[in-house]
Amino acid sequence: MATRYTDFHPRWYRPTVSVYWWLGQRQYLKFILRELSSVFVAYFVVMTLFQLSALKDGPDAYADFQRTMQSPVVIAINAIAFLFVLFHTITWFNLAPSAMPVRLGGKRVPAFLVAAPSYVMWIVISAIVSWLVLR
Amino acid sequence: MRAAIAAAEVNPKLSIAVVSKVYPMRSHTVSAEGGAAGVAKPDDSLDEHAHDTISGGDWLCDQDAVEAFVKEAPLELLQLERWGCPWNREPDGHIAVRAFGGMKKRRTWFAADKTGFHMLHTLFQTSMKFDPITRYDEWFVTKLLVDDGRVQGVVAIELMSGRIQAITAKAVILCTGGCGRIFPFTTNANIKNGDGMALAYRGGASLRDMEFVQYHPTGLPFTGILITEAARAEGGYMLNKDGYRYLQDYNLGTPEPKPVLRTMELGPRDRLSQAFVHEDRKGRTTSTEYGSVVHLDLRHLGEKLINAKLPFVRELCQKYQNVDPVKELIPVRPVVHYMMGGVGTDINGATPLAGLFAAGEVACVSINGANRLGSNSLPECLVFGARAGKAAAEYASTQSAPNGKALAQADDERRRLESEFLNKTGGKERIATIRIEMQATMEKSAGIYREEALLSESANKLRELQERYRDINLDDRSRTFNTELESALELGFMLDVAESMVQCALHRTESRGAHQRMDYPARDDHKFLAHSVVHRNTDGTARVDYQAVTITRWPPAERIYGQQAAQQGH
Amino acid sequence: MAESITLEVARYSPERDTKPHFDSFEVPVRREWVVLDALNHIKDREDGTLTFRWSCRMGICGSCGMMVNGEPKLTCATFLSDYAKQGSKIRVEPLRYFPVVRDLVTELTDFLAKLKRVKPWLIHPNQAPLSQGEFLQTPAQLDRYKQFSMCINCTLCYAACPVTGLDPVFVGPAALALAQRYNMDSRDQGSSDRIAILAHPDGIWGCTFVGECTRVCPKHVDPAGAIQQYKLTAVLEWLKSFVMPKGAGVEPAGGKAGND
Repeated sequence: MATRYTDFHPRWYRPTVSVYWWLGQRQYLKFILRELSSVFVAYFVVMTLFQLSALKDGPDAYADFQRTMQSPVVIAINAIAFLFVLFHTITWFNLAPSAMPVRLGGKRVPAFLVAAPSYVMWIVISAIVSWLVLR
Repeated sequence: MRAAIAAAEVNPKLSIAVVSKVYPMRSHTVSAEGGAAGVAKPDDSLDEHAHDTISGGDWLCDQDAVEAFVKEAPLELLQLERWGCPWNREPDGHIAVRAFGGMKKRRTWFAADKTGFHMLHTLFQTSMKFDPITRYDEWFVTKLLVDDGRVQGVVAIELMSGRIQAITAKAVILCTGGCGRIFPFTTNANIKNGDGMALAYRGGASLRDMEFVQYHPTGLPFTGILITEAARAEGGYMLNKDGYRYLQDYNLGTPEPKPVLRTMELGPRDRLSQAFVHEDRKGRTTSTEYGSVVHLDLRHLGEKLINAKLPFVRELCQKYQNVDPVKELIPVRPVVHYMMGGVGTDINGATPLAGLFAAGEVACVSINGANRLGSNSLPECLVFGARAGKAAAEYASTQSAPNGKALAQADDERRRLESEFLNKTGGKERIATIRIEMQATMEKSAGIYREEALLSESANKLRELQERYRDINLDDRSRTFNTELESALELGFMLDVAESMVQCALHRTESRGAHQRMDYPARDDHKFLAHSVVHRNTDGTARVDYQAVTITRWPPAERIYGQQAAQQGH
Repeated sequence: MAESITLEVARYSPERDTKPHFDSFEVPVRREWVVLDALNHIKDREDGTLTFRWSCRMGICGSCGMMVNGEPKLTCATFLSDYAKQGSKIRVEPLRYFPVVRDLVTELTDFLAKLKRVKPWLIHPNQAPLSQGEFLQTPAQLDRYKQFSMCINCTLCYAACPVTGLDPVFVGPAALALAQRYNMDSRDQGSSDRIAILAHPDGIWGCTFVGECTRVCPKHVDPAGAIQQYKLTAVLEWLKSFVMPKGAGVEPAGGKAGND
């Protein structure tokens, strides 16, 4: 049944939603920051592309690139971006089990167990990459 | 809902209105927990279900109605399954059934412990498929339009806007439920005020068996929230203040570690409630802020079973009484739960007033007699809902349209509501005061045990309250969603219904099922194997007559439970 | 425990007001009293014009949802003592993102229309006659949709979801979860009937997985989970529609059920 407006229709109060709705509640703010973090993921992708391009262009170009990377401003931006990407990863891993209910032997596997393999893979791959880079 | 669907299926050309003072999913059916009985397994038979029902009802049931009921109940439950109801299942995929108090065999279908919820939502969602059904949600019916000896529709207030209007109809089916809110401690929701019973009573139809009020033996004190019979069916014990399983003192068998059908904690509800009153008189109940209680002990069942079979019970205890049944005792007392009486109908839901039908708790067919067995009321709604829907559709198809005089009555009703409530000045009484006094007097004299002196006192008190009701003052004069007006009208309904209940109780000088007279403790089949029928006189007083019960195949016998029953092969 | 607590209640009467204001009331605190008991106490004794919906007093009818200190809650399940312990006031307002009819009463016709739109009934044409018995459904099959069938239509999820606030055409968490309840029911064959409404910008694609709906749901239905699960299904259906040309038919979700 669609909403029917009749002769006897009282004036409903329709509250407007403010543009700053997302500041009103901690959970909303967390959500918006989570969505925003994808921008920083994109930023790192772009940085990596620049890095590859610099590699291709030879040792001078790469040295230039390294100098830019070492400037305090860029380090500050990268630090913030890194925190956001960390946030992005953790929230993503934690949300994934909702989208994919896993059943073993007729019972639902608890969410943290479904998320656990992602974390384990993350730590393992990070460990391997760190070893490769730092040795 | 069931009636509407049945009517739509019988004659899709009819336009069907479902008028309700609340949205459909708020109806009190939603709170029913335990289950719905229907013969489903090969070790069971229709005759056994019928016999359990009739003996449980202390032989006041109309046996032709019961025979029709037990036959159609499994079909209705199956139909609901086909509409998507998520019944619990056996491992092989068939419907699972469980034990229930008063039933000799396992025949109660259930959906976790939210059976009523799933049934109501399945019906509501299925009803959305049918185009002929139009819903008038949050329209409060104040009066039946009766003209020419025929019901021509209703007058209702559209709560949203305050508009008072006639909805004319060739047939009206009342499905408004019971009237538990007449009592102070009840499992019933705020909306159960006997609306349909009062409407029919005022409109000229008769009410039947109004003295039979069923108490559920285990309700939480203060909130009245029901702790389902299933908790006892799964093996809970009832203990008095000394931790003793007191039911063994009241002819209900001997205590066994596991539940045995029809004995001890699985005996019929009225016997359990009566046992409480006796324990209370002996001083063996525990006193609390909200009255005396006994305790329900589920601790020995273990956390795993409680979480699997009784999750809702656990949730209710924790959320509303701050008690965890896994570790603690649950305080319980008898609370008003169901009204066996109601608008008298035949086995097709038709009342003697042409065009008026009724089904469900508001009706008295009667299949519940003097005491209803647990898990019979949900299938009752389905079976008689469908029958009433069908009968009303067939009746309506043969009728001419309602005449204009009905609309004039609607104008009168609007003027009455305005002058008596909305625009009235100078009243001194508050709704809540009168309501609380009504509830107190009903609990005192029309409770589990009754006697003449208290009943007469109550009758006088109710007359006084009716007078004071005319002097009510509303704070709320608004037209928009005026729930105070709604409460006032509901109180008016309750006062009428309460009067009919007390009068019926006064006249029935015997004890049978849920009606126990301390001054007449024996059952008297000679004089009282009959339904009380109460009509409203023009001066507002009640007139009580009797109508014989239909007996087909089961002559009256004694209601026996426990050891005696096992010995006699019942 | 404190003896009494202050309730600040939103009031609005369209006959008098153009926007809501707050009234303060002092109510006693008892261990068993919930916000709803406090509201009834006010209505019975102090101000009969206070208007709100309630019915069962046990968290199953879904009538009494309101904002309590900015959180959508069932007022029959919200103890006064929890707030009295912190020494704070209790602010009661009608559920967010709905039009307000009066005081604490919201307007629900739109919500009911959305429920109907997702076709929340069992779609299974050509059923065998009743005499053949029930559809067989194992406990495992029941388990797949059982959680989504627990919704009491209290609309707390709509009050929590910013998308319903920003985009009133969004079908919303409860309706989408209900659709998924039927999609996942092994007896249902109607997923293809529902896909057009669900896999639509106003349907699941309007959801940005804020997750608030699941957090506030008093019955743990997890509508956010239902929606995300359906997103996967919808994407797979869309891919299938390339591989399998139209007319080949879409597999009903959850496998077939019959009366074998």
